Amino acid sequence: MSKAPVKTSSLKKAFLIAAALATTTSALAAGKLEIFSWWAGDEGPALEALVKLYKEKYPSVAVDNATVTGGAGTNARAVLKTRMLGGTPPDSFQVHAGQELIGTWVVAGRMEDLSSLFKSEGWTKAFPADVVKLISSKGGIWSVPVNVHRSNVMWYNPDKLKAWGVSVPKTWPEFISTCATLKKKGVAAPLVVGENWTQQHLWENVMIGTLGTQNWENLWAGKLKFTDPKVVGAFTTFGKVMDCANKDASGLSWQQASDRIVSGQSAFNIMGDWAAGYFTTTKKLAPGKGFAWATAPGTSKTFVMLADSFGLPKGVKDRAEAINWLKLLGSKAGQDTFNPLKGSIAARIDSDLSKYNTYSRSAATDWKNSKIVGSMAHGAVAPETFTSAFGAVIDQFVATRNSAGAAAAAQALAVRSGFGK
Amino acid sequence: MKRLSKDRLWAIAVLTPSILLIGIFVYYFIGRTIYVSLTDWGNDPAQALALNPIIRWVGLQNYSELFGGFLQGRFRQELVNTLFFTLFFILGCLGVGLGLALVLDRNPKGEGLWRTIFLFPMSLSFIVTGTIWRWMLQPQGGVNQAPTLLGGQPSTFAWLSSNDSALKFDWNALPLITASVVGVVLIVVAVRAAREVNRARMLVAAVCAALLIGWAVLIGPRVKMLPTPELHGFNFAIIGIIIAAVWQMSGYTMALYLAGLRGIPEELREAAKVDGSNDSQMYRHVIFPLLSPITLSAMIILGHISLKIFDLVYAMAGPDNVAASVPALNMYLTSFRQNQFALGAAIGTILLILVAFVIVPYLANQFRGEEGHA
Repeated sequence: MSKAPVKTSSLKKAFLIAAALATTTSALAAGKLEIFSWWAGDEGPALEALVKLYKEKYPSVAVDNATVTGGAGTNARAVLKTRMLGGTPPDSFQVHAGQELIGTWVVAGRMEDLSSLFKSEGWTKAFPADVVKLISSKGGIWSVPVNVHRSNVMWYNPDKLKAWGVSVPKTWPEFISTCATLKKKGVAAPLVVGENWTQQHLWENVMIGTLGTQNWENLWAGKLKFTDPKVVGAFTTFGKVMDCANKDASGLSWQQASDRIVSGQSAFNIMGDWAAGYFTTTKKLAPGKGFAWATAPGTSKTFVMLADSFGLPKGVKDRAEAINWLKLLGSKAGQDTFNPLKGSIAARIDSDLSKYNTYSRSAATDWKNSKIVGSMAHGAVAPETFTSAFGAVIDQFVATRNSAGAAAAAQALAVRSGFGK
Repeated sequence: MKRLSKDRLWAIAVLTPSILLIGIFVYYFIGRTIYVSLTDWGNDPAQALALNPIIRWVGLQNYSELFGGFLQGRFRQELVNTLFFTLFFILGCLGVGLGLALVLDRNPKGEGLWRTIFLFPMSLSFIVTGTIWRWMLQPQGGVNQAPTLLGGQPSTFAWLSSNDSALKFDWNALPLITASVVGVVLIVVAVRAAREVNRARMLVAAVCAALLIGWAVLIGPRVKMLPTPELHGFNFAIIGIIIAAVWQMSGYTMALYLAGLRGIPEELREAAKVDGSNDSQMYRHVIFPLLSPITLSAMIILGHISLKIFDLVYAMAGPDNVAASVPALNMYLTSFRQNQFALGAAIGTILLILVAFVIVPYLANQFRGEEGHA
């Protein structure tokens, strides 16, 4: 019995010496930084430009770009989970800003508070107050937003609208009557939607446009219940909007749905502003001619945002390098390098607008002048537990059109996810 | 008792590592999953991914949530989907496989080439099959456009996105339906036992049947698993997935059947011919009975594939398409996207039990057979 402790302690000592040797040698050689993201393909060059900027500033650091491909990061999040649970967190990882991080990793006590970094870098003033509110909870600020996308945009084909003789609807009731007019003129599906997440995207736009921003915020703070008559009524409106949509939705990607605007098969599409990049770059259309945009009905003075951001997990190997990385991401130079390439706008309000295209400039102007709220479909206001199960609620609703049932299911989900009590 | 010869020692030494590894990585993990399914790990998001999560024992709560919880209608639809998928998938594979094998058994020209072509789909992974068939079953394009080649209107069948369904039943009536079915089976058993003059068996079966039917008539209609009626049925969206799965696996059943057909000695066929049977009589009375063990093993293999199917559905219908979802997909989403590990483990355990229903009788049969030979 007495021998065992001696043995372990000597073993431990040997191990410690080995570990110390290993860390000193690696520190002597160069620093290291591992960045974990889902930016590949179209978004790859933007990330590479950032990494290049980092290497210019810190030439001795070896940057390991660990990208896990897959739309909206669903694969990356699964890989991230196994790494975090396995005790080898990446030095800094990409996550949608807001509850996607807070509801999953912050509540579990796995992230470092970045408040002091925000203070020392002056970011609390550089970013809009609404955004800082979205990425804060429990007295901490948890991630650095790199870019901002807008989700409440309605895309249309201006020539076609003229040919049909309809104008852009400003509210959802107006949208529904425009839809009836278009149907009479032989447009089978005035609105085009795609697979499930694009329907959730449409849902949140109908909700915000019907309920208003204050109620939308209350919904996610647990102050307004989903079973409230107002919300049930908004669900009914959503059902009527879905009556205007194509019947083959679940087989279409968002790009295929956007194609129907170009071809004139459908009049309207509600999609995030990454569609602008698709229209101009892939489809070679001129903004304002081949395609045009307006804010989604009922949300004219609102900016529904989603953002990619990076956080700092607890217990990472290269903490100092990771903090330098975060500093770069939040800086004006970093954001103005990244965003024009990514097709998004900077989260900072002092960005250099001359670097951006027509659409982005209009979005950046709205970013400074609108009320900012978070997107549910893209992880800003609801935790993963909610968003991931909500897909089934929407699917059920689209099949049955039962507003009260869907509202009750959403409320039960909210309670389970810990914010609807 | 046998002596520990050198040979036996060697055998033990060689086998021990794999027994240990299987013990840990298969059986320990099965046990661990069952244990997790009886806790509340992940039901509170704050504890799901914490460094030292507080995990409480909750007994069968996750299971009652799955079968009767308001939010888990999706899981119940998936169980029904699995039932219909398994049924049509197995029937399809056996039918197509047997048909192809019978054709090839007649030694057509280029038999080897045909065999390769029919067996080829099996070499693809389900994710590839799923992607290809997803393209072909696109709502606007693919097979729906086929009639236009002949100048007709394109068809409009929503292969993977249909929400229509047939054979609907209320989930609340499930205990009633189960009791009635089992009751009827027991009555049949009792009648058979009576014919064979096996009094004990007849009595037991008759009493059980009477109890079940009595329960079904008197108490069953009042049992409510859910506060509201919930309809489930055979969704037409699964038809596309069944077609792809049959396309992939029927070559395999063909190979099994072909091996069986070739294994039937020529003498038996000749004897049948000498006895004056024509072709169809020979197949019915001589060849098909000899193929029945092959049918059984094909059913077992196809059955467990259909229960654990995941990638095909993921590629074809996507993760959020409730109408065409399956439990394995839900388990993945629940555990790794919603971080509800206990609930995911419960779905996993239910899948394990379902697979056990298929595999255990087969294994028992195999072992009995081997002992018989020994």
